[in-house]
Amino acid sequence: MIHRLILLLVALMVSGLCIAADTPLRLATTTSTANSGLMDYLLPGFTAQTGLEVHLIAVGTGKALRLGREGDVDVVLVHAREAEDRFVASGYGVDRVDVMYNDFIIVGPKSDPAGIASSKSAAEVLQKIHASGHTFVSRGDDSGTHKRELLLWQSAGLMPAGRWYREVGQGMGKTLQIANEVDGYTMTDRGTWLAYQSKLDIELLFANDPPLFNPYGIIAVNPERHAHVNYDGASKLIAWFISPAVQKLIGEFKSRGQQLFVPSAPGGG
Amino acid sequence: MDTLLASCAEAFHLLFSGDADIWEIVALSFRVSSLAILCAVPPALLIAFALAYGNFFGRRLLISIFNTFLSVPAVVIGLTLFILLSRQGPMGDFKLLFTQTAMGLGQFLLCLPILVCMVHVALQSADRAAWETARTLGASRTHAFFTVLYEIRFGLLAALLAGYGRIISEVGASMMLGGNIAHYTRNIPTAIALETSKGAFAEGIALGIVLLFLAFLVNALLQYAQGKGSINP
Repeated sequence: MIHRLILLLVALMVSGLCIAADTPLRLATTTSTANSGLMDYLLPGFTAQTGLEVHLIAVGTGKALRLGREGDVDVVLVHAREAEDRFVASGYGVDRVDVMYNDFIIVGPKSDPAGIASSKSAAEVLQKIHASGHTFVSRGDDSGTHKRELLLWQSAGLMPAGRWYREVGQGMGKTLQIANEVDGYTMTDRGTWLAYQSKLDIELLFANDPPLFNPYGIIAVNPERHAHVNYDGASKLIAWFISPAVQKLIGEFKSRGQQLFVPSAPGGG
Repeated sequence: MDTLLASCAEAFHLLFSGDADIWEIVALSFRVSSLAILCAVPPALLIAFALAYGNFFGRRLLISIFNTFLSVPAVVIGLTLFILLSRQGPMGDFKLLFTQTAMGLGQFLLCLPILVCMVHVALQSADRAAWETARTLGASRTHAFFTVLYEIRFGLLAALLAGYGRIISEVGASMMLGGNIAHYTRNIPTAIALETSKGAFAEGIALGIVLLFLAFLVNALLQYAQGKGSINP
């Protein structure tokens, strides 16, 4: 009895290891693309076409790039242009291309105490919030969204600090919920906003300014640095993402009746 | 309040309309956690026996260490294994990060101290005479070992259930080591975390209900075992 049990355990462990040895393509991407359902909508098509299974690991942009740097994934799809360029320049990644963009929006209390709804630019929005001293909730988690928010403050010539500026260190959904509870402003990607909108009292107050556009790039992990990565699979995935057919699919993807991503691959769409 | 009620109603609908995704996640949780605890039982028993019956230098220190490990946050176990299993880490060549094996390994480490401590306590409170009687009656060491195990069977069951309860509901280590990959390393707790972050509260609550129901089953079992183990006639 005991012997059989041990045999069974060993067999199970070995089978587990075998699964692990046959590594599929690993794509680290941001929670915003995965949570919106875009990847579930697109990736089965890639698997059907190439026979390559894709394991999607949804984390923040900072973590995704780190996984790429350490060679724990084969390819990354993220949105933080500066960090991406540094990633490529330092030799961690190769073959970076634009895939698509979505946009960030500023949301806040209905009463709009800082009066940002009539602003002309994102910089003006931040200046008004800063001047009013009304609560602003920041991701504070080194994610792509957080990096962009800091960049916007910087280009508006401001240093966000003080009791009104709250760094919560959480994902976008949680941050929206917190902003809702404290009746504060925050910056969010449109996808998460659409998913949470119906459960929140805060409202969309400002959008459609080019500095708020959010480009996504796909980067293969450099095979010269990490010989074990599936570079061949990564190249196939990149070529597939920027192909005209897939670019068209990206443009047609809808979440709660609204288009979320605009395809932007060079020559693709 | 409305959100909670509506989410609950939707959750029940999801559960009983046979949503394949949800049941796949439930099955995966069970497979990984069951395997982890099965692998942890043999070493835990041996360590607990050594701690209870052995007489070696550093025994009490070892007991304190295992007791301390009871309060190690799951994320710390996750992070430590993550660093070890990462491709740049010392065990990177095994390619274990973001696999079910890595998840199982994390859960193994999480339930081991619980099993050791609870079995050790059960052995301590059991009559030492069981071992000695069995030995004087001519039983081999292995046989005596199983005799004592039988004597403490209720304590053993309680240890198993407590250990299982910890790993089946654990999110931090599973998230770091498994990566929450759909159909592969997504278990109940990581799925709940994901659904919550997506704002899909109904799915989150549905999975929460499954987990609670399982916890109830575990507790009912425990209750049953303790009832049988009562000292009253």
